[in-house]
Amino acid sequence: MSDIHAGSSDAEVHGQSAHAGHPGAREYVRIFFILAAITSIEVAIYYVREDMGGWFLPALFSLMIAKFAIVVLWYMHLKFDDRRFSRFFVMGLAGAATLYLVVLISLRVFLD
Amino acid sequence: MADAALQGRDEHETTTGLPHTKLAMWLFLSSECLLFGALITTYVLYRGASTKGPFPADIFDIGYTSVSSFVLLASSLTMVLSLGAAQKRDFMRMRLWLVTTALLGMTFVGGQVYEFTAFYREGLAITTNLFGTTFFVLTGFHGVHVTVGILMLLSLTGMSFADRLPEDPAFPVEMVGLYWHFVDIVWIIIFTVVYLIPTGPVGK
Repeated sequence: MSDIHAGSSDAEVHGQSAHAGHPGAREYVRIFFILAAITSIEVAIYYVREDMGGWFLPALFSLMIAKFAIVVLWYMHLKFDDRRFSRFFVMGLAGAATLYLVVLISLRVFLD
Repeated sequence: MADAALQGRDEHETTTGLPHTKLAMWLFLSSECLLFGALITTYVLYRGASTKGPFPADIFDIGYTSVSSFVLLASSLTMVLSLGAAQKRDFMRMRLWLVTTALLGMTFVGGQVYEFTAFYREGLAITTNLFGTTFFVLTGFHGVHVTVGILMLLSLTGMSFADRLPEDPAFPVEMVGLYWHFVDIVWIIIFTVVYLIPTGPVGK
């Protein structure tokens, strides 16, 4: 595989594959409205948190993860790009999440 | 290739089939996860540990910060629209969306400066309590990242006007876009963890 591309420039390689399957402007706008709707729900949840009881934090974190995933997959194109880019990013993200979760657990943050 | 080298453009060879610059950008963003992870963890670690106010619940204006969040989300939209225009080599629209993204970024940073000033007037400085220290360091670092992103957007626009972008301008626009969207996803986490989960005095 590498032989095929040896000697090609970044821009050439990018031009060959990068735009394939990227969403169009209409889909980008649709995704923005989805993100805006999720943000509105987050803010609404904040104001009714007393009534939500134990569901407040799980609901808030679920919406946060959904927004994060939508931006990374669609706006940052990880859904359409080569999987090796995803691996690079997930490696850092998972590493950071694991490291800091261990720190918080070892300092008993979730027990207080 | 020789022409590009003469013009000082970034034309590295690739042996992986992937653009090395883009690979490096993802690696950089991956390392940024560690930086912001440390700052967010520190904030969570000291959440509710301040013995004197002001506390988050006393000073946060969720309505105001929500508007800032919408502004940053909108800037992510204009950034991808700029990339779409760059892919079609529609330079006019690409510049228009790049400048719009920079203006939205400036609005966000301006809002953050206003918020910091308001908090300071209400008695919260970086040395006031643990909340002040962790809050200003975390959101301040994010604000610096947004500012760097604005400079990158304006540089890209300036290079476009000076005809110093490659023939296919989509590549540099996508690289700046990746950085910009990363700044947006960091804010998605900060908005939830810092602003929407209220914290009062110790134990509350």
